[in-house]
Amino acid sequence: MDHVDINRLKTGEVNLGTSIMAVQFEGGVVIGADSRTTTGSYIANRVTDKLTYVHDRIYCCRSGSAADTQAVADIVHYALQMYSQTAGEPPTVHHAASVFQKLCYENKDQLTAGIIVAGWDKEVGPSVYNIPLGGGLFRQPWAIGGSGSTYVYGYCDATYRDGWGRDECINFVKNTLALAMSRDGSSGGVIRMCVITEEKVERLFVPGDELPRFWEGREVLGEAVPKKQPVGEAGIGLVPMAVEA
Amino acid sequence: MASVYSPPGFNFSNEIRNNFLLEKGLPLPKATSTGTTIVGCLFKDGIVLGADTRATEGPIVADKNCEKIHYITENIRCCGAGTAADTEFTTALISSNMELHALSTGRKPRVVTAMTMLKQMLYRYQGHVGAALVLGGVDATGPHLFTIHPHGSTDKLPYVTMGSGSLAAMAVFESGWRADMSRDEALNLVKAAISAGIFNDLGSGSNVDACIITATHTELLRNVEMPNQRVEKERKYAFRRGTTAWKNQTVRDLIVKEELTTVGAGPGEAMDTT
Repeated sequence: MDHVDINRLKTGEVNLGTSIMAVQFEGGVVIGADSRTTTGSYIANRVTDKLTYVHDRIYCCRSGSAADTQAVADIVHYALQMYSQTAGEPPTVHHAASVFQKLCYENKDQLTAGIIVAGWDKEVGPSVYNIPLGGGLFRQPWAIGGSGSTYVYGYCDATYRDGWGRDECINFVKNTLALAMSRDGSSGGVIRMCVITEEKVERLFVPGDELPRFWEGREVLGEAVPKKQPVGEAGIGLVPMAVEA
Repeated sequence: MASVYSPPGFNFSNEIRNNFLLEKGLPLPKATSTGTTIVGCLFKDGIVLGADTRATEGPIVADKNCEKIHYITENIRCCGAGTAADTEFTTALISSNMELHALSTGRKPRVVTAMTMLKQMLYRYQGHVGAALVLGGVDATGPHLFTIHPHGSTDKLPYVTMGSGSLAAMAVFESGWRADMSRDEALNLVKAAISAGIFNDLGSGSNVDACIITATHTELLRNVEMPNQRVEKERKYAFRRGTTAWKNQTVRDLIVKEELTTVGAGPGEAMDTT
């Protein structure tokens, strides 16, 4: 295989031109996604839920073809139900990710699916697995995916620190997705997030008009260049590269 | 003796011939496509589905008053857009399987069951079954509304539109939909959405069909709105006397008068036939 073709959806196929993300922290994982589903230039669904349940403490973030990723997630959901019934215990995140990987690798010629699997299990605690287009399987402390992710790799590399807590991870996901959504035309809408810990799965929602805002440009023509802004004044005009307080 | 064995699955042996003919300028026969406006809308007590009634074959209107709201079960209905034959037969097949499923489980059928059957079938055919559906109904778990795309992806939303008129209809929903609407408000909104499709989309037209599903009752409103009724033809094309002005008048006698003059032998002399 020479190279992976991103634009291999059939005409008229529903696409999750997406920004998705997952980060692990001490007690759990934070996963997040935008909410845009497109058919060509039309937004077929502006409030999509791309954070998909596959087991009690294991979720996946879907990107690529909506039909393919829904079908794969449904099969994994079924496989994990069968597993937990026969084994008498919940599956590990690695087990779930392996089922995803098997399907994505063995059917790679027919699928357009980039999936991030994340969750909590009693073997290793929190974990994040990335399964990109070719069907590889990579464990990572944080993972981003979808068409919007290409815009924010630099931001993530520059910002991420080991040893963050829950709230820092939530802000990291929120800011990264907001940046990706603002640059990528195929991503947008609202931010949906999930915090998965041993105790519970908590759903978080950021409406489209309350997204974190960064530098958005200013009027240049016919206006004098303003004087240097005072240091430390937060808000638009400054470039907050660090995580919001 | 030649082998009579034929393998299972589709036969693609005419693919090369058809592509050759296509290249030579002979197009394949077109399937009847329902260039369509179909919608669904959640309200306080259930679901309202809506559809226009135009079926097209390319630029030709094949049927001016077709039915696009298909029966799945008593409490679940499905609007179809795309290839008419595909929507007709997929809904019929799933309707049949839902009845058998209800019989074998002894429970009232659920909307998610129909949705799962439809999406799994459409996914298996990888988009070759051209059915774009709006599925709605009320079951033991409440009212549900789904869209199902030809490739097998589904969305669950409080208001949905599909077909070529979906953009016009969605514009109406985006500006007019509110949570917890009454039955009449929802029906009026659906009528307005379908009308937007009928008037603004070339692929949609004729009348409005609607279907109201609540926990206790399903009501099919066939042709609730008929904004394109054709008036009775007069079939009198004669112009009224005096329509055209004239400057002068000539009256000619059109009857040709002929005078008969007998020449030669006088009367009474017969021809010599000897």
